[in-house]
Amino acid sequence: MLDKQGAVGTGLRETDRIMGDPVFQTLVRERTSFAWTMSAIMLAVYLVFILLSAFGKGFMASTIGGSSISWGIVLGLFTIVFAFALTGIYVSRANGRFDDLTAQLNRDVG
Amino acid sequence: MRLSRTLAVASATVAASVSAAAAAGPDLGATQQSATNWEAIIIFLAFVLLTLGITYRAARSTRSAADFYAAGGGISPGQNALAIAGDYMSAASFLGISALVFTSGFDGLIYSVGFLVGWPIVLFLIAERLRNLGRFTFADVASFRLDQTAIRILSAVGTLTVVAFYLIAQMVGAGSLIKLLFGLPYGYAVAIVGVLMIVYVAFGGMKATTSVQVIKACLLLFGATIMALAVLWHYGFNPNALMADAVKIQPKGAAILGPGGFVADPVSTVSLGLALMFGTAGLPHILMRFFTVRDARAARKSVFYATGIIGYFYVLTFIIGFGAITLLMNDPSFYTVAADGTYNKLTGLIGGGNMPALALSKAVGGSLFYGFIAAVAFATILAVVAGLTLAAASAVSHDLYANVIARGRSTERREVMISKLTAVVIGIVAIVLGYMFETVNVAFMVGLAFAVAASCNFPVLLMSLMWRGTTTRGAVVGGLLGLVTAVLMVVLSKGVWVAVFKYPAAIFPYDNPALFSMPLAFAGIYLVSKMDNSRQAQRERALYEEQFVRSETGIGAAGVHAH
Repeated sequence: MLDKQGAVGTGLRETDRIMGDPVFQTLVRERTSFAWTMSAIMLAVYLVFILLSAFGKGFMASTIGGSSISWGIVLGLFTIVFAFALTGIYVSRANGRFDDLTAQLNRDVG
Repeated sequence: MRLSRTLAVASATVAASVSAAAAAGPDLGATQQSATNWEAIIIFLAFVLLTLGITYRAARSTRSAADFYAAGGGISPGQNALAIAGDYMSAASFLGISALVFTSGFDGLIYSVGFLVGWPIVLFLIAERLRNLGRFTFADVASFRLDQTAIRILSAVGTLTVVAFYLIAQMVGAGSLIKLLFGLPYGYAVAIVGVLMIVYVAFGGMKATTSVQVIKACLLLFGATIMALAVLWHYGFNPNALMADAVKIQPKGAAILGPGGFVADPVSTVSLGLALMFGTAGLPHILMRFFTVRDARAARKSVFYATGIIGYFYVLTFIIGFGAITLLMNDPSFYTVAADGTYNKLTGLIGGGNMPALALSKAVGGSLFYGFIAAVAFATILAVVAGLTLAAASAVSHDLYANVIARGRSTERREVMISKLTAVVIGIVAIVLGYMFETVNVAFMVGLAFAVAASCNFPVLLMSLMWRGTTTRGAVVGGLLGLVTAVLMVVLSKGVWVAVFKYPAAIFPYDNPALFSMPLAFAGIYLVSKMDNSRQAQRERALYEEQFVRSETGIGAAGVHAH
């Protein structure tokens, strides 16, 4: 009933075989760097928004052109749309490239 | 002490300690029990009947443990996204954030953005690995190669702590809100919520809990969309005209376009931001939803759709808040008006600080639409507490009972039985606590739940997944360090030390602990694991490859779910 037993059941030899598979190595290398880069971008954009809210109040309250819409509101809405767009980019790459690699790996391993 | 209850609703609302005062305003007066609202009661009863019917059907098709905890892995990505979004679109965030926009404008966005940006992180780092490694609870994942007993106890403590704070805040909010909207006494309201959530969870398990959440999410999205469209239609779909009008009408004027009162303290703001962002990745009732879908691919799609739905919802609440400013503030009929004809535009709304969205529903759609929105608000609380209860029940039965107490020798049937009993007990405890906390300011509780999730559950989960060097000893020490410091710092902060215990000055100067407690947890896990050279630690490191392969590919995970 424990997952651990299931894991041990998979067998160390199979683990070694997959770890050594070039397809697996490509998958892990590409996905790891992609996921961490995307996380860093999200964190950076959010930190810009939060730090401006905390330290740049004057800028955030200033309106754009002759309108009544402020930079703060635009940046806030931008961050929301940006977060959604990032998840979209990740999912499209994962559904294509990463799933293809995983499928290939599954065929290799059998 | 009725005032504090009003503050409490506001708090549940805004989901963190910093904002409670800002959201509720300085003095809201008492929450009055209003006249019985028949439209709302009838619509709510229809919702209850529908969901009980679904629960009955779910109960008949729930046989195995996988059915009960994870709906047999049979939830589609679209449904799961709605359920995840539903867990996020609590009455708190609907009423609270729109109320915060109403009183402070831009400040409401700080919460919305903070709540949303956790999702990409969950997607990039957590969701697929969780699905590949786990069955029912996130402890399955964290304890994959670490010591079952220690890690499951730690995870269960983390889960129960988060759920307890979240649940109390929801119950107190529910009682006050329902008293206000339906004209029901506080005690009845709390009891109704408690009993219904027991029925959903104990009989219908994850299938019923998910259905309730999905239906409610659709109703809430529908209602909020209508309100936002009504506001925009009023301004010829020109947001600039809406903003310009709001600046003219709101007493704070152009100040509502930028950060205001509650970001007075930059450290607290950044700390809150971190708690909101990383807390998402440690909330047990959210994490369990990744086990209800077929595979990692479905988990990934769920997060993508959910992020879109939640983002859309927050844009709506922002429009609703601004619409409430322009359509309500010049209309004395929505306010408690003094004898000399004056009223406080910010805090004088009839019913108190959480009312902007509800009053706006009356302004744009009359009493029938108001009844609908009130009923949806009640349904929202119900759906969220059901999810929380299921997460806690799973932690007790699957982690503590089946794997720690019975050491894997329990049967599925008995495990599910224990889970159902736990749900009943939690329901009763929640009713009692909700009743006891009626007059306590629970403003700090949701903020605390996020802080604990970000400082205990998230670091343990991330480090066990990502770093080969993590050992049981490190995870336990670091996790507990995060948990204890988060709770301690909140207790010593203004929200509890001053507001609840009535001491004159706070010992911990900031409103949110995450900026300190989260790095402490990571440092604790890292350092203690580094120093741990026991044989167990070596074995755990050696098992990393196996966990790694499965978490990256799902190979070996097939067959984990009984379909």
